[in-house]
Amino acid sequence: MLRVSQLRKVFNGGNGMGKIALDNVDLHVEPGDFITIIGSNGAGKSTLLNVVAGAYDVDQGRIWIDGQDVTIQPEHRRARFIGRVFQDPMVGTAASMTIEENLAMALKRGQAPGLSRGVSNAERGRFRELLALLDLGLENRLQDPVGLLSGGQRQALTLLMATISTPKLLLLDEHTAALDPKTAEQIGELTRKIVGGRRLTALMITHNLQDALEYGNRTLMMDQGKIILDIRNPRRAKMTVDDLLEQFVALRGTRFLDDRALLA
Amino acid sequence: MLWSALVGTLEQGLVYGIMALGVYITYRILNFADLTVDGSFPLGGAVAATVIANGGSPLWGTCLAAFAGMLAGLATGFLNTKLKISGLLSGILTMTALYSVNLRIMGRANIPLLRKRTLVSWFGDRGLAPWVLFVMVLMLAKICLDAFLKTELGFALRATGDNEQMIRSCGVDTDTMKLLGLGLSNGLVALSGALVAQYQGFADVGMGLGTVVAGLASVIVGQALVRFDGLGWATTAVIVGSVVYRTAIFAALRLGLAPTDLKLITAVLVILALSGPSWRSICEKLGRGRNRVTGIPTP
Repeated sequence: MLRVSQLRKVFNGGNGMGKIALDNVDLHVEPGDFITIIGSNGAGKSTLLNVVAGAYDVDQGRIWIDGQDVTIQPEHRRARFIGRVFQDPMVGTAASMTIEENLAMALKRGQAPGLSRGVSNAERGRFRELLALLDLGLENRLQDPVGLLSGGQRQALTLLMATISTPKLLLLDEHTAALDPKTAEQIGELTRKIVGGRRLTALMITHNLQDALEYGNRTLMMDQGKIILDIRNPRRAKMTVDDLLEQFVALRGTRFLDDRALLA
Repeated sequence: MLWSALVGTLEQGLVYGIMALGVYITYRILNFADLTVDGSFPLGGAVAATVIANGGSPLWGTCLAAFAGMLAGLATGFLNTKLKISGLLSGILTMTALYSVNLRIMGRANIPLLRKRTLVSWFGDRGLAPWVLFVMVLMLAKICLDAFLKTELGFALRATGDNEQMIRSCGVDTDTMKLLGLGLSNGLVALSGALVAQYQGFADVGMGLGTVVAGLASVIVGQALVRFDGLGWATTAVIVGSVVYRTAIFAALRLGLAPTDLKLITAVLVILALSGPSWRSICEKLGRGRNRVTGIPTP
């Protein structure tokens, strides 16, 4: 579903020294893969997702989605394949527009907007059904501006928007990290339900090693712009957080342990 | 006497209201402070007056003026989206360039339209006051704009002003939306300029000075006065704001203020309206710095 080959991305500092964010990354994502990505800060996780989404250009390498080379396609062209949920709940929705208007724009992802009505009555009915599944009472608030919603509600709405017109690839960039623990758990559960229930292909960045093993079917560990570990079920199913950390130490030395309190 | 002056004020509010709708598109919807307006307004006047002075149809001249305004907006959009010049500077550059363009179009600094066939005189010949024309054009613009903002394209335009990352993730090219918004906006502004030239009986290269600020004042005043939700109300508020603004100017003049001071007064009004929240926090800070009972500054 997604293939990246020899991806390289360097962010240039003012002094001519570059920071290598992606260092010849190769990755092959099968249809239906739900991949969790872990790694310390600056490992290149977010850069990988941004490069796949087209928010950044690559310096080298190629990206294919569903067999199509999208390396030089701008972000808005690739959007027809990709659903995204960001860490910041404010980024995924337009605050001054209503819930139904936001959903209508997401529903038509990848189609050039025209002069037909923005929201039809048939769509309203469908939005109401889908919102009811979130169990947040949003199905009765279609005409409310999204700015009135809480962070958790907005993130749930963003998740719904990212998946409403089935994406070939769903990119989740620590989408529960900015939420309080209880809300984070709810959004996590919703993610599992949507991605698992509809067999979506997804990449999810997380700082929670337990989540990394519990969600999906495959886990990547990144460090200094490289994928240093790629484990799948059934091998992954038997692993614990300690096994993951041990693997890291074996591969890269002890530095990861310093992050353990943060990660585990 | 007073009655005819009031009707004149109303007519000004209506005809400049078309311009204010244009400013509303960029300033409120697209979140883009577009200074092109000070150039595209006289551009509309210049194009219409030149066509009319050369014996052309006033309707054709007015339509051509609106089209020219759209091109001016697209020029600013091109500078901003493709050449990556900041929005504010893009508008200033186009505005400055348009001063020369307008002089080129007119061939001189002022074109009188007295005793020429204009849209205003066409209505006058049929016993209709200019405000009938202005209400018709304004309502047409308002209804079309309201309807447009409820379409898919209108959604995309609004979302571009609200959250670019979000609407790009939905597959919309935000550059195209900015070009569209700037084009529409300046088309309306130039249309307003064309009608103003025919109304006042001349086009002048300096007639655009302060247009943006007057437009902003109309938008801000309108939204302060009309506080209903929904898009239809937002455009209504802009029109109300434009009429109230012109009435306030009229009142200021009746009170004996010099016409040359009006731009200063308008600017101060807009400053006060925009800085409302800052004043509140400044006052609070000052209040906090003193003991509320004794009034003695606290450390």
